[in-house]
Amino acid sequence: MDTYLDRLNVYASRLVSQKEYFVPGHRACQGCAEALALRLVAKALGRNNVIACATGCMEIVSSPLPLTSWDVPWIHVAFDNTAAVASGIEAGLKVLMRKGRIPTQRINVMGMAGDGGTSDIGLQALSGALERGHNMIYVCFDNEAYMNTGIQRSSSTPFGASTTTSPAGTKVHGQTTWKKNMPEIAAAHNIPYVATACASYPFDLMEKVKKAADIEGPAYIHILSVCPTGWRIPPQSAIHAGRLAVETGFFPLYEVERGRYRLSVDLTKLRPVEDYLKMQGRFRHLTDEMIAEIQERVQKEYRKLEKKVEMTSPGSAD
Amino acid sequence: MAKPEHEITWRDLNVGYVVDEPGNARIYRTGDWRSQRPIYNPDRCIRCGMCYIYCPDMAIRILADGSIEHDLYYCKGCGICAEECPTGAITMLDEEE
Amino acid sequence: MAKRIGMEVSIAAAEAVKQANADIIAAYPITPQTHIVEHLSELVNNGELDAEFIPVESEHSAMSVCTGAAAAGARSFTCTSSQGLILMSEIVYAASSLRLPMLMILANRSLNSPLSIWNDHSDVMAIRDCGWIQIFADNGQEVYDHVFVGYRVAEDRNILLPFILNLDGFILTHVIEPIEMVDQEVADRYLPPYQPLYRLHPDHPVTMGCFGPPILFTEAKKAQDEAMNQTMPHIIKAWQEFGDLTGRYYNPVEVNGTEGAKTIIVTQGALGETASVGIDQMRAVNETVGLVKIRLWRPFPFEEFRKAVKGAELVVVMDRAISYGGPGGPLASEIRAALYQEESRPRVVNFIIGLGGRDVSPGDFVHMVERAKARPGEWYEIHGVRE
Repeated sequence: MDTYLDRLNVYASRLVSQKEYFVPGHRACQGCAEALALRLVAKALGRNNVIACATGCMEIVSSPLPLTSWDVPWIHVAFDNTAAVASGIEAGLKVLMRKGRIPTQRINVMGMAGDGGTSDIGLQALSGALERGHNMIYVCFDNEAYMNTGIQRSSSTPFGASTTTSPAGTKVHGQTTWKKNMPEIAAAHNIPYVATACASYPFDLMEKVKKAADIEGPAYIHILSVCPTGWRIPPQSAIHAGRLAVETGFFPLYEVERGRYRLSVDLTKLRPVEDYLKMQGRFRHLTDEMIAEIQERVQKEYRKLEKKVEMTSPGSAD
Repeated sequence: MAKPEHEITWRDLNVGYVVDEPGNARIYRTGDWRSQRPIYNPDRCIRCGMCYIYCPDMAIRILADGSIEHDLYYCKGCGICAEECPTGAITMLDEEE
Repeated sequence: MAKRIGMEVSIAAAEAVKQANADIIAAYPITPQTHIVEHLSELVNNGELDAEFIPVESEHSAMSVCTGAAAAGARSFTCTSSQGLILMSEIVYAASSLRLPMLMILANRSLNSPLSIWNDHSDVMAIRDCGWIQIFADNGQEVYDHVFVGYRVAEDRNILLPFILNLDGFILTHVIEPIEMVDQEVADRYLPPYQPLYRLHPDHPVTMGCFGPPILFTEAKKAQDEAMNQTMPHIIKAWQEFGDLTGRYYNPVEVNGTEGAKTIIVTQGALGETASVGIDQMRAVNETVGLVKIRLWRPFPFEEFRKAVKGAELVVVMDRAISYGGPGGPLASEIRAALYQEESRPRVVNFIIGLGGRDVSPGDFVHMVERAKARPGEWYEIHGVRE
């Protein structure tokens, strides 16, 4: 059916390579948008890539001895040291190439971990790696709780969310603290590239990963990973939920490139957060008061972000 | 590892239990997890390829003419493709017992 | 020919790491290891050592960086003591199960609490079961030599296990001793570049560190156990080759006057040198006391040890750590286990001495042997405590 019109209609998805470096047969839940994000990251990085991975959902589903879902070199050591292991791989490859023991070529080094392995137990190693300036990409797959161990809260769990260690009880209604702003913590290390992404915006995600890989020095990408199991939504809604997170301003998509802030999605008006919250079982218990609090906070944070975009745009007074 | 798990001896493992067969998880039939299966209607399909992009299990192939094919060996029946298809070319049907 | 120089043992150790052509140095400062790492960073910054010096933000990351680097195929080095060792211990276990060769110099220092920067063996005793090959050095020369032996043994295709070189903090790290250095050409001959069995490289993708389901975990551990059990002949060979090149031959166990000795003292580490002087004092008054120094700690040299104490009636074991609620000191309990099956077993008495840097003199050994002889039975006590 090769008509003239067909040749004009080339959708972006048809231009993406069909090669998978994270292969099927992995044991993620049905509808796991974290597995999807990981698939897209692996696709964007391609063959010349070495991955250090933390203990977590993605590690467990992809490496059950004797099987592996990885078609690139991959290592798992522990929960709290991804950035350090990645640092070691980066430094090791660098010195081996310098000494001529392996041929000099471009090899991306990536550290990947969940929100727990990044903003809680892995924070120290990450901070050290970013400060030392290793040429690597760090990707945080944020499903907003310790999902692999049974949906326990992390510092990335949003305010009000019900998890197994911040349950919606009669006295305390879910998570009592606000989500730790990891992208800003990464940006505070003055690294050349920080970005947020979501698998619901797949081409944006892949572009950002490629950009991060091309940049010399540390790059940090924070990916909101919708977890139908933990967030209590039907599996088929995983992509829809991610879109709502972005459209409500709950999880803004932006980049910080050498200190310059740039929004990836130009939202003229934010959708009410209720649209996002009401579709998830983990927020079902929220009172109107809490929703209003969340709405206010989301708007405040979004305005702060817009201000940063303004302040750091070229031509603005430094 | 061609052997089934319960037949693997300690001598079969590589040093440091390194797995040197990249992507050998392909052998694992996640399609057994399904409780509903995708039904594809090529007449409604506009060949946008978004279902292929959004499948977390890489269980959709884009064919030469742009139409798609589900790989039921891996498809877990999550329904994302049906949900995201802009023209409703994919629907989910309960698996018969 | 080889030069003999008076130098601080820490500096000698660092020089050996330089001569061993280490690729990655990742360490976090902790007394009394500091001089080793400081000197290495100087060597790197002066262009004398071509390595990546990674100033990690904790010991846990030091071990993690070394693990990543070793997995990529680089010769890695770290150095720590006490709290740092325990902090990194999580990854220490991983490094050996992943069969990644690397060298750790452990400047033995006491564990908190109370805080003590001074020497004893409580740090290394806490990781007995970690699966690394472990030796204790008696003096500066041994420290220097075992950097080369350490890499040689660790990277041996028949071994492929990481290596810990123990040296007593302050007592060895901060003293000046005569060191005979090897020529670079000899070092290079003994220690060729590291050829990993598996490496993380896109040309041959491998997956390292899978999770082990119950159906396979036992097999993975059996494989690791077998690996450790088969290392002895290769360690001996590595020592033999080192001796052939330098004239200094090492054994798993060193004996001093054990022929016909009815009483034998057992030590590990620098204590052995002090004990030697104590032994001489006792022999001067016709006491037949022998000394057995355990150099190879893991794998434990059961055969060599039993042979060394054959015929003894009393074995006096020096421990430098306590196993609370247990049988006293860890070394003594291993020795009792080593002797349990013997038809005629000596009496084993255990002294715990030199905790947190408490000085031990040759005279202390004389007292301890007297006390061991005077009081019957098998028991342990902390020597020299003010009651």
